[in-house]
Amino acid sequence: MASRPGTRRQETQRPGTGRQKAQHPVIELKDVRKTYRTGTVEFEAIRGVSLTITQGEYVAIMGPSGSGKSTLMNILGCLDVPTSGEYHLAGEDVSEMDEVDLAEARNRQIGFVFQQFNLLASLTAQRNVELPLSYAGVNRETRAELAKLALERVGLGDRTHHRPGELSGGQQQRVAVARALATDPALVLADEPTGNLDSTATADVLGLFDELHAAGSTVVLITHEAEVAGRAARVIHIHDGLLASDEVTAGVAS
Amino acid sequence: MRWGDILRSAWDAIRTHKLRSILTSLGILIGIAAVVLTVGLGQGAQKKVNDQLAALGGNLLIVSPGSSTSGGIRGGFGSSTTLTTADADALSSKTAAPDIANVAPVSSSASEELDNGSTNWTTTVVGTTSDWLTVRGRALSTGRFVDAADEKQASAVIVLGSDTASELFGPLDPVGQSVTISSVPYEVIGVLTSAGSDSTTNLDDQAIVPISTAQQRLVGGTSRTSVADIYVKATKDSRLSAAYQEANSILAYRHSVTSGSSTDFTITTQQSVISTTSSVSGTLTNLLIGIACLSLIVGGIGVMNIMLVSVKERTREIGLRKALGGTPAIIRRQFLSEASILGLTGGLLGVGVGIAAAEILPHFMSNPVAISVPWILLAIAVAIAIGVGFGVYPASRAAKLSPIDALRSE
Repeated sequence: MASRPGTRRQETQRPGTGRQKAQHPVIELKDVRKTYRTGTVEFEAIRGVSLTITQGEYVAIMGPSGSGKSTLMNILGCLDVPTSGEYHLAGEDVSEMDEVDLAEARNRQIGFVFQQFNLLASLTAQRNVELPLSYAGVNRETRAELAKLALERVGLGDRTHHRPGELSGGQQQRVAVARALATDPALVLADEPTGNLDSTATADVLGLFDELHAAGSTVVLITHEAEVAGRAARVIHIHDGLLASDEVTAGVAS
Repeated sequence: MRWGDILRSAWDAIRTHKLRSILTSLGILIGIAAVVLTVGLGQGAQKKVNDQLAALGGNLLIVSPGSSTSGGIRGGFGSSTTLTTADADALSSKTAAPDIANVAPVSSSASEELDNGSTNWTTTVVGTTSDWLTVRGRALSTGRFVDAADEKQASAVIVLGSDTASELFGPLDPVGQSVTISSVPYEVIGVLTSAGSDSTTNLDDQAIVPISTAQQRLVGGTSRTSVADIYVKATKDSRLSAAYQEANSILAYRHSVTSGSSTDFTITTQQSVISTTSSVSGTLTNLLIGIACLSLIVGGIGVMNIMLVSVKERTREIGLRKALGGTPAIIRRQFLSEASILGLTGGLLGVGVGIAAAEILPHFMSNPVAISVPWILLAIAVAIAIGVGFGVYPASRAAKLSPIDALRSE
């Protein structure tokens, strides 16, 4: 599946270059359901969600806790597979994939940004950014080059050899964004990226997402803060495992 | 992910937790060092036995008077002094004993003071025949050995051990010089090459005279024809038991032995003495190796323990690595590499400590330690195998973690 035509982008393509807005769907969910079973009790966390997100969109997914928001994020991030329904990510059907293929799909198609940054404390910023590239089997020289480019893009070109402990929260999240960009993924998936940041750093990181959006990246942001969601061009509300609303807003960058 | 990167990330993880890694390796280190050292001790003991065997000749029979198998009978004159030079001559018969190549009777040893002018040195003097050299597998560094003419004439000639010669003559060639024993001058006719020492005696500090000379001049008294031991060398190793039978029947006939209880001599083979010693030391060595292996297993459990803690503690990291594209196989490899690096480090250091101990130990105790390269390589391989073996379970636990749960863990 890794060699399916049209799904694998070339290594020479630099992050955020040459991608056009609104052509191919990056995410295509068709009646996706996810059921959890605890003993004999079944719980349907997602009860039939259909959703299309096209290339270059900046989408915020909102919902209260228990709404199925996290489950949806796990499925979108290929961390989990739906119980039923179809999920095509950048043209690939990931709903039937096994663990190994999912890991590869995550590696190639998705750049994660987490609430808790999830940087490895023992590694420098550059080596943290290199991590997904090393899992992709990219050689050391290319990896270093791509990591430096990604760090420059998030404004940390002079911090490549700093460890996370030597950086501020906002800078750490910027490193995490650089890590998400390094593989030039089809989708940047951010899970509460500003949840652990003060207002200055929040503005800083959100500005970065605006820049990514402006440069043509597809960004999906999961949040419960209306202020954060307001930056996106499209806001989707989840409630009780169903799409409650899906509205195109003005957004900042549009 | 490339192997280089997997090893690098394993090394990073080990470096991050320095103290923990050192302590974990320490368990392996102690185990491997103990194995290397005990094997070294065992092999050293074996080597010593083999050296003795080679020095004495593997096809050697020792006929001693009396029925006791202990060596203590050796110096005692009296009722059990039943062997004579005539017995030795009878054993030399090619027709009666075709499988016996050489026979060397040895007189009871006497501790005598040897004088060279103002220099004197007390050593053990024994009388024997020309075959002694062959039978004991010794050689001369200079001069000649006691010959048949010396025996016949009971000449006042003497052959010195290398240490004895240097004590008396220093660097000078002693051949042609004379030493006096109880005011009687003896001409030095040869010096033995160095043979080292066995467990009880220094083989290089002794003096040899013709057996007749010893019997007439040094021992005196009534036991002029008696000998302390007769060394018998078989024609070859495989004929040793035949030689044993021949010697036994010749002596039984000569001593009119009719039943087992009236046997007044004992024939021991060097082999039997040595195999007893080596089987005892072998048992001890095996016991020690067993204990060392137990400590290796304990070390391995230490690795497993730490790896399990490590997996637990780094759950988030594992989740992250999986989210970024780490497949279960790669995660497993990373943790296995970590465990085997710990094992390898412990193993290498353990071999180092073992070798160092093997160098130091002989200064404090008499046991020799032989370090052999194949065993060291095996020890290192075992150390890695222990790392991998005890790392499999923790690594599989890491590989099986669900990325969602792992990322959510605190």
